[in-house]
Amino acid sequence: MSVEVQSQPSAEIAPKRRSAAMQSFMRVAKYTVLKVFMLMITVAVGVYLTILIANMGGYVDQILKGEIRDRIAQGLNRDPQFKAMLPEQRAEYVANEVALEEQRLGLNRPFALRSIAYLTNALQMELGRAQNMSSDSGSRQVRLIILERLAPTLLLMGFSNMFLFFGSIGIALGLSRKYGSIWDKLIVAMSPTSSAPPWFYGVFFILIFAAIFRVLPFGGMIDAPPPTNQVDYALSVIKHLILPSSAIIISAMFISIYNWRTFFLIYSSEDYVDMAKAKGLSDRDVESRYILRPTLPTIITNFGLLVITLWTGAIITETVFQWPGLGRTAYRAIGLYDTPVIVGLTIIYAYLLALTVFLLDIIYAIVDPRVKIGG
Amino acid sequence: MQALKNAFRQLMAYPSAVIGAVIILALVGLGIYAPIAIPYSEAIDKWRGGEEYWRQNPRLVPPIWYNWFTEDDLPISFQYFESDENVTRVDTPRPEGGVNTVVTYTFDFEADRFPQELLLYLKANYATKRPFVSVYMITPDGRELRVTDLGITQSETYRFGQDTKLQRRLGGLAANEGLFADPNSETLQTLKGTYTLVIDAITFEDGDELTSSEFVMHGLVAGWFGTDHFRRDIGLAILWGTPVALAFGTLASLGTSVVTMTIAAIGVWFGSWLDELIQRITEVNLVLPFLNILIMVGVFYSRSIWTMLGMTILLSIFGAAIKTYRAIFLQVKESPYIEAAKAYGASNMRVVFQYLIPRVIPLLIPGLVLGIPTFVFLEATLAVLGLGDPVLPTWGKIINDANSNAALYNGQYYWILQPAVLLMFTGLAFAMVGFAMDRVFNPRLRGI
Repeated sequence: MSVEVQSQPSAEIAPKRRSAAMQSFMRVAKYTVLKVFMLMITVAVGVYLTILIANMGGYVDQILKGEIRDRIAQGLNRDPQFKAMLPEQRAEYVANEVALEEQRLGLNRPFALRSIAYLTNALQMELGRAQNMSSDSGSRQVRLIILERLAPTLLLMGFSNMFLFFGSIGIALGLSRKYGSIWDKLIVAMSPTSSAPPWFYGVFFILIFAAIFRVLPFGGMIDAPPPTNQVDYALSVIKHLILPSSAIIISAMFISIYNWRTFFLIYSSEDYVDMAKAKGLSDRDVESRYILRPTLPTIITNFGLLVITLWTGAIITETVFQWPGLGRTAYRAIGLYDTPVIVGLTIIYAYLLALTVFLLDIIYAIVDPRVKIGG
Repeated sequence: MQALKNAFRQLMAYPSAVIGAVIILALVGLGIYAPIAIPYSEAIDKWRGGEEYWRQNPRLVPPIWYNWFTEDDLPISFQYFESDENVTRVDTPRPEGGVNTVVTYTFDFEADRFPQELLLYLKANYATKRPFVSVYMITPDGRELRVTDLGITQSETYRFGQDTKLQRRLGGLAANEGLFADPNSETLQTLKGTYTLVIDAITFEDGDELTSSEFVMHGLVAGWFGTDHFRRDIGLAILWGTPVALAFGTLASLGTSVVTMTIAAIGVWFGSWLDELIQRITEVNLVLPFLNILIMVGVFYSRSIWTMLGMTILLSIFGAAIKTYRAIFLQVKESPYIEAAKAYGASNMRVVFQYLIPRVIPLLIPGLVLGIPTFVFLEATLAVLGLGDPVLPTWGKIINDANSNAALYNGQYYWILQPAVLLMFTGLAFAMVGFAMDRVFNPRLRGI
């Protein structure tokens, strides 16, 4: 966005303009590449830590060994020769085959080597088969179980965060204009309520709007049976989306407004703002060009940290609202004790967090021309 | 000391801080009272006691104070033993051997609705011949309703509602309704007044006796907090949840902020690669999915609250706060008094712990208090995910039970609201005090 803004000046300085646009494009591009690289390393380190934690009790090994045993037993059961064997012979034969296969896959190597192999698999979400769960399409691949649930989570989080961000910025700007008013004091007084997580508000929302007034559904993402008509389908999803996303928004809104309004107040007491006002610029211009612009980087950093906590909270928010996303899958996996799915979910959340950080970094680089590579 | 007094006075100028402090004090009082009233081991035994232990309670009924808001008075559950004041027991030896025991239970029934169930627990001691018991109820209008006659075993449980003969005798009404119904009323209504239940037991041989009896009524409300699906008194978990929540929140917040601050100070003081390393770790930590890792630890290793506490602290150390502390320490590091300390030859550790950290402690306190609600809610969150401590009764576990039994859908609001409101009070109280402290100790925010 800022790239275009900077390429607006008059046509007389065309060559210069191109080079300026080029420069800022190069700046953002260089920054992006470096950030992606750094984040890849960060994710790899994070996933490696996850593997270390998961395998402290040998759980990853168990997943693999269990899978090998299953596969070999299934393969042999189709073999008529195997069926003819005595039970002891059979057991011995299976044990032999399993040992061979384990050796082939390197399960008897030292852990340091094995963990590298696990890491590459984990980064590609190659986590084998779930123990007890299956996806809606019937697959038992962990990757499919998880990816199938990604879209609802992204929908819920994207929807709520959009509203949260733009809503809070608007209200914060408005309040900073009316510093000390009753609304301002109210928001300041309400800001401690943000110490409660979204699911907590969710419980109250369900109680009020679903249990008592019966105007909104208790949970889920779609009416049962789902409407066939596309418009009705979308409306039904939106109806189910209202409560969970308001819970997320309410839980984070007051503290964001409070923080951001404080940032606005700090920046609007700068000398250049007074200067702009003295020049006779309209309030709107002063606000958007002299207050909002320099405050945005600070706000984005603040928002980034908030979104990261919200991602964590999403697990339980989805559980309370029966939202069929990753969080609810995590809850089910805990109940069913499904190790591969739990490990897989940890990895996908690491990816999602990294992606969030990356997106915010890029936006940061775009809004803040001072960002230097490596700085 | 004077500075502390000043800070305290400034703090008390904020009404929100005063309200918060009062709530915190009340909670701390409750937290101290809980282990005194019900010792740790007893609380755990009771909470895991199961159906047999909680037989005196009806299943899933709201608390007593529901009566204050409902139009109809709901019958309150009770459990009477022979040692209670309203119970008399008369033993007369029989000339042909054995004893004739008459136990009378006198109780008031003032409710508009019928109770769920009545139960009689009888214990007897006999050699060969079973004692014979006849039970009847005297209503306020003087009618004498025969309940049952039965020969009892060593330990007998008689459930009024399951006796079909009694139901027939009461004209087809279930025992819980028939015994309390007003015979002169057209519609089914309760007859209010004082009822008496009489147990007349005869034993046949010398040495035989009715050892004890116990009369239980499962009403429609029970206790000050209601009961859950295992007939447990929710009050137990509410009471014991208080010290658990406070301890978890405070310890986690204290551990996290102190360690974070120390690490930031050491990083800034030694600088170079150590500082760089700490910053890189912070970046990795930012991407680590905190709750997922706690889930992994809970599922794979242990759900004990101590493990969770340790992991929470470990994962929160390298949080965003480390950057704030780093920025402050970088400023403090350049101060003349640090220069002076270096000049007189203070060791590195001395500078970090005696000069750098004490300077920043005023900033630590608001952060510490503000961190407590986050961790109190985290404990509840883990419990709601089914990863609460396996033995301890906590607020989060009540919400988890309620949530997995669709309490809101079934209208059992009390089940989820009581722990939720307590959580809210705890969170709000610490947050309000923390916000006020932030303004007092953090001059940057003053005036805004």
